Amino acid sequence: MGATLKVTGAQSLIRSLEACDVDVVFGLPGGAILPAYDPLRESSVRHILVRHEQGAGHAAEGYAWATGRVGVCMATSGPGATNLVTALCDAYMDSVPLVAITGQVPSWAIGSDAFQEADTTGITMPVTKHNELVLDVDRIPGAIAEAFHIAASGRPGPVLVDVPKDILQATTEWDWPSTTDLPGYRPVIRPNGKRVREAAALLRSARRPVLYVGGGVTKAGAEAALRELAEAAGAPVTTTLMARGAFPDSHPLALGMPGMHGNYAAVAALQEADLLVALGARFDDRVTGNLATFAPKARIVHADIDPAEIGKNRTADVPIVGDVKLVIEELGGAYKAAVAADGAGDTEAWQRACAQWKQRFPFRYDQRDGGPLKPQHVVERVSALTGGEAVVVAGVGQHQMYAAQHFRFDRPRSWINSGGLGTMGFAVPAAMGAKVGRPGELVVAIDGDGCFQMTAQELATCTIERIPIKVFILNNGHLGMVRQWQELFYDERYSEVHLGLECPDYVKLAEAYGALGLRCDRAEEVDATLEKALATDDQPVVVDFRVDTHEGVFPMVPAGRPNDEIILGPEFTPEEQAAATRREVRAG
Amino acid sequence: MSTHTISVLVEDKPGVLARISGLFSRRGFNIDSLAVGPTEDPGRSRMTIVVDCAERPLEQVTKQLNKLVHVLKIVELEPDRAVERELVLVKVKADPAVRYQIIELAEMFRAKIVDVGPDALTIEATGSPPKVQAMLELLDPYGIRELARTGRVALARGGKGIADKPLRVARPA
Repeated sequence: MGATLKVTGAQSLIRSLEACDVDVVFGLPGGAILPAYDPLRESSVRHILVRHEQGAGHAAEGYAWATGRVGVCMATSGPGATNLVTALCDAYMDSVPLVAITGQVPSWAIGSDAFQEADTTGITMPVTKHNELVLDVDRIPGAIAEAFHIAASGRPGPVLVDVPKDILQATTEWDWPSTTDLPGYRPVIRPNGKRVREAAALLRSARRPVLYVGGGVTKAGAEAALRELAEAAGAPVTTTLMARGAFPDSHPLALGMPGMHGNYAAVAALQEADLLVALGARFDDRVTGNLATFAPKARIVHADIDPAEIGKNRTADVPIVGDVKLVIEELGGAYKAAVAADGAGDTEAWQRACAQWKQRFPFRYDQRDGGPLKPQHVVERVSALTGGEAVVVAGVGQHQMYAAQHFRFDRPRSWINSGGLGTMGFAVPAAMGAKVGRPGELVVAIDGDGCFQMTAQELATCTIERIPIKVFILNNGHLGMVRQWQELFYDERYSEVHLGLECPDYVKLAEAYGALGLRCDRAEEVDATLEKALATDDQPVVVDFRVDTHEGVFPMVPAGRPNDEIILGPEFTPEEQAAATRREVRAG
Repeated sequence: MSTHTISVLVEDKPGVLARISGLFSRRGFNIDSLAVGPTEDPGRSRMTIVVDCAERPLEQVTKQLNKLVHVLKIVELEPDRAVERELVLVKVKADPAVRYQIIELAEMFRAKIVDVGPDALTIEATGSPPKVQAMLELLDPYGIRELARTGRVALARGGKGIADKPLRVARPA
């Protein structure tokens, strides 16, 4: 070792971020984190000053979703840290790699109810993969190195590092650890070969297989391997809300999205399948509906990097723990070997049945000339006019489902949303983060009016930091999904769901934030409006699409009900519904 | 539902007890008892947790525990292949008329009288869970004024330690 370099804890922290190749941090300073913001001025790390810490958290998530890298956010103690909690929980539920750095009151004041003191590690313990309160200045590089390693490896997730102000101000010798020492943390990466061969044998002999693909496939970068496997096995593929884009929607084997508002074909295929190969998916209640009646005829191969997911909701006949990319690659190889030994399986009739369901029971809506603008129409036009070449970000609710259903996802990492936690207000800041991560791409937030109002303040960040995102608000003046449930399950007794179409005036609000504000309430004007929005790249754009309040999201499996009870919706005749319930397959 | 004893080897880091107990409550499990203390290896602690649940939920909670970064090893200790002990301090109402009966009873369980007052005795007893339970039941009619229990601690029988043994329930594939 040469001469040692004396640095402050704050300098050590920023150097550590540089050592982890962090290019951007989303944050907002305050008293306890102040020391860290001083060396940031000279750092290669870009800091983006948000308007609310929740925005920093979601922006870091959007960045991570879009790039596959670890997103970083920073906040001060107390309210700064508590404002991050929603984003941390969101990242925890959706396995988003995130590192959050929070300031803490000086170590000697901890426990005294000091100004802006909160038990940040205590509060975030159940919503982080790991967290640490750093109480020794020499520990900072180790804590940061471990945080990045834990966040990105295994099943990704958020890690929080809490650093008291006096630790940031103390002096230390800069020493970056060459390795991390985590004896209790060893994710299983390599799948068990015997299990993989068992899975391959089941896949070969299955007549009605479905590849049930979750967000893990995108996280593992396994899209190409997945496509190869699906084509080799002739197995239809369903991509969950977390996995839209992992398999091209335009592929003949694509069933689309499963679950509560999924494609009929996907829901029906899962119920009829004799084999599910679950890949980086977790049998979430929004996919399975009533668990006891989910996929009743299917044997289950369940591959996941997290052993705790396997057997959690549905018992697996063949459990495989490992990186899902390796699993799919090895399964592909084992499948070929099984075919070479025992002959190929036959899934042709099954593929025909699935294709027929897709064709007979698609997403259907009725956009009439001169009638109210349908939200689905807006999404379809966004998909068409961008040619699918966009990163689509959604909040939570009806607009999220319309976006997931009607945008044609053919590319990996082109879809970002809040899946597990269902965080309203996710879209604007996440789109901001996605655009920072992939500045060359068109980033479109399809948002709801309720969601938009929760985090719209980040438009200021977008304008000032020159992050030209597009925000298309499907404005129905309501908390639309809640309204839909009240319509269906509470006898149309609408309680506290009306927000109003006119307030705020989204065009004026956009302009106040330095964004281009547009409005459109007629189907004939959608294309012209979108063209104007897409042609604007020197400022953020907000479009107020005034859409039909009465439109609902369909198909729908009511919460907790069996998938067999899927409701196609008002655009289908009773005869069609009956045929769908029978899962009718026509001969020929 | 049945009682399971799990032995958890953890890194002795701040908050590790909160992480583990928090995980149990978050996942909807009740802890019957939890005993924690240092091990032969400085920097490592052992927790002995008794939990009342069915086999499958136990597997889930064990897997979730295993994901905690500071958890090094988890083993379920089966009663017939483990030594299980608990220490109790019990303060029993003991008027002079019944005092000798109580002392005799304590001696039968190889328990010790550790404090004597004018109308009460404090007994220290150690033993397997059924033995401790039996003694408490016999003392109950005299009037138990106060009771403190350590919770169960346990070690597997035989020469091997927890760190040498393969995980019993934590590895599904």
